[in-house]
Amino acid sequence: MKVAKDLVAASATPMVLGILADGESYGYAILRRINELSGGELDWTEGLLYPLLHRLERLGYAQSSWQSVAGERRRKYYRITDKGLAELAEQRRQWDTVTDALKEIWLGLGERGPLTAIPLGCRA
Amino acid sequence: MTARTGQEELAAQFEQWRRYVLRRRELQPSDADELEDHLRGSVDELIAAGLSPDEAFLVAVKRMGSLDELSREFAREHSERLWKQLVLTGEAGSPAADTRSRRDMWAMVICAAGAAVSIKAPELFGLRLADDGAFYARNFALFALPWLAVFLAWRRHARRPLIATLVALFGLGAVAANAYPLAEESKSLVLTSIHLPIALWLVVGLAYVADDWRSSRRRMDFIRFTGEWLIYFVLIALGGGVLSLFLYHTFNAIGIIPQEFISQWLLPCGAVAGAVVAGWLVEAKQSVVENIAPVLTRLFTPLFTAALLAFLVAVGWTSHGINVDREALILFDLLLIVVLGLLLYSISARDPLAPTGLFDKLQLALVVSALAIDVLVLLAITARITDEYGTTPNRAAALGENLILLANLAYSAWLLLRFIRRRAPFTALERWQTGYLPVYAGWAWIVVLLFPPLFSYV
Repeated sequence: MKVAKDLVAASATPMVLGILADGESYGYAILRRINELSGGELDWTEGLLYPLLHRLERLGYAQSSWQSVAGERRRKYYRITDKGLAELAEQRRQWDTVTDALKEIWLGLGERGPLTAIPLGCRA
Repeated sequence: MTARTGQEELAAQFEQWRRYVLRRRELQPSDADELEDHLRGSVDELIAAGLSPDEAFLVAVKRMGSLDELSREFAREHSERLWKQLVLTGEAGSPAADTRSRRDMWAMVICAAGAAVSIKAPELFGLRLADDGAFYARNFALFALPWLAVFLAWRRHARRPLIATLVALFGLGAVAANAYPLAEESKSLVLTSIHLPIALWLVVGLAYVADDWRSSRRRMDFIRFTGEWLIYFVLIALGGGVLSLFLYHTFNAIGIIPQEFISQWLLPCGAVAGAVVAGWLVEAKQSVVENIAPVLTRLFTPLFTAALLAFLVAVGWTSHGINVDREALILFDLLLIVVLGLLLYSISARDPLAPTGLFDKLQLALVVSALAIDVLVLLAITARITDEYGTTPNRAAALGENLILLANLAYSAWLLLRFIRRRAPFTALERWQTGYLPVYAGWAWIVVLLFPPLFSYV
């Protein structure tokens, strides 16, 4: 199963903000974390992640700093700001509304029956 | 393969990849750093999983996906990068280039300040701009252009013989402007005020081409420089005009009239400093902004051709002779200068190896129609110049310029025709134009140095 592109794009901001809320992080680690959390289903590209990080920085939701690791190698770390935390709370409220509504609908469908016709576990 | 050579190879591969990434305008060095760190993270993980460095690198690059897509995504967030920005003091690029552009900027600031101070210096000797207009009129180029030449010579590390030549020529200009006893209302004063800047501009050209003054290519670069400089200067002047307007009206609103400040300080100092700043801008932005002079040329060549052809048709249709009054020669000189400018700046932007096209034919039509008009004018004027008006310095200068431009354009038309018929390479035309530059210089110096005594200082 592949998650649709639009859905990936829509959920990207709260996911990154959520991961950053855990502590500062950098691009590669964020990508790994997303991969882990979704069990490999969310396949983010670098072209999605880095411009998104830059946008969060531009909007003031995150701050970045260069730190040197392992000799000459430099790594750009991102840290969430207060504004970013507020945005995360707001996004979370919106997502809760959407998922709650969806859950209600799924449940209603389940009571009426036809959902059972859809095979679950299409992941495998 | 030992681990060591494997690591070295990996480093080389990263270096290559980095260069490849930096070729994209959407991706800046800091993005390359960030992506490289990402790639390294990916490679490390793959090596830990048991791949060889080579394989790990290949797989990691492959995973990152196509660079096209990546830069497209970056461009969406950073659309401003698609507009070439003029970075005045580095930021991007190597630290060496950064310090260089910083030093350039300081040199420019010093030269511009020098120009601004030098135009006010004569006031210490009682020569006020308001009262001694004649002095400033014939000298104004001497307050700006030497400073521009200093900046250019400094930037090119000019050698002593060149510096000595520049000093000598500017000195000669100063002598020519001030040694002759020219009355305030004399005709020669006007001529000097017009021709000295031309002569000195070509001295600036000497500083521009520096050691390579024989090279046709360098001279062409100077022609390009001239066009861009002029455009920048006009833009700066427009900005200055807006500034003075605001200054005047805002201060006027609180009852202070800053007219004297504007006309005695802001305008003269701004004009001479602006000349230096414009030169610096052209040098700094060379590869950043598309040259605008050739763009204007493309736009106006067809329009001017149409206008000149229409004029010729009208002359033939009405069989109305050209009314040659006092200003006619100057008007048609200016016309030839415009046509020459259109020709020069399209040459300056043309790929010499490109085949002939419609535009070349259009240009030939432009030059030929300008020549035809000019010949008509000359025929009408020669009869009258000898008996009716007699020779005055103005008329002699205008006639001389007309002949110089006529000769240039006639031979250019011939070369263009041969090029269109594929008998001669395009570079012949380029070389003709760059080889002609000393003729303008020579004529300008003749008018400045010899005309006043020849016409007994009238």
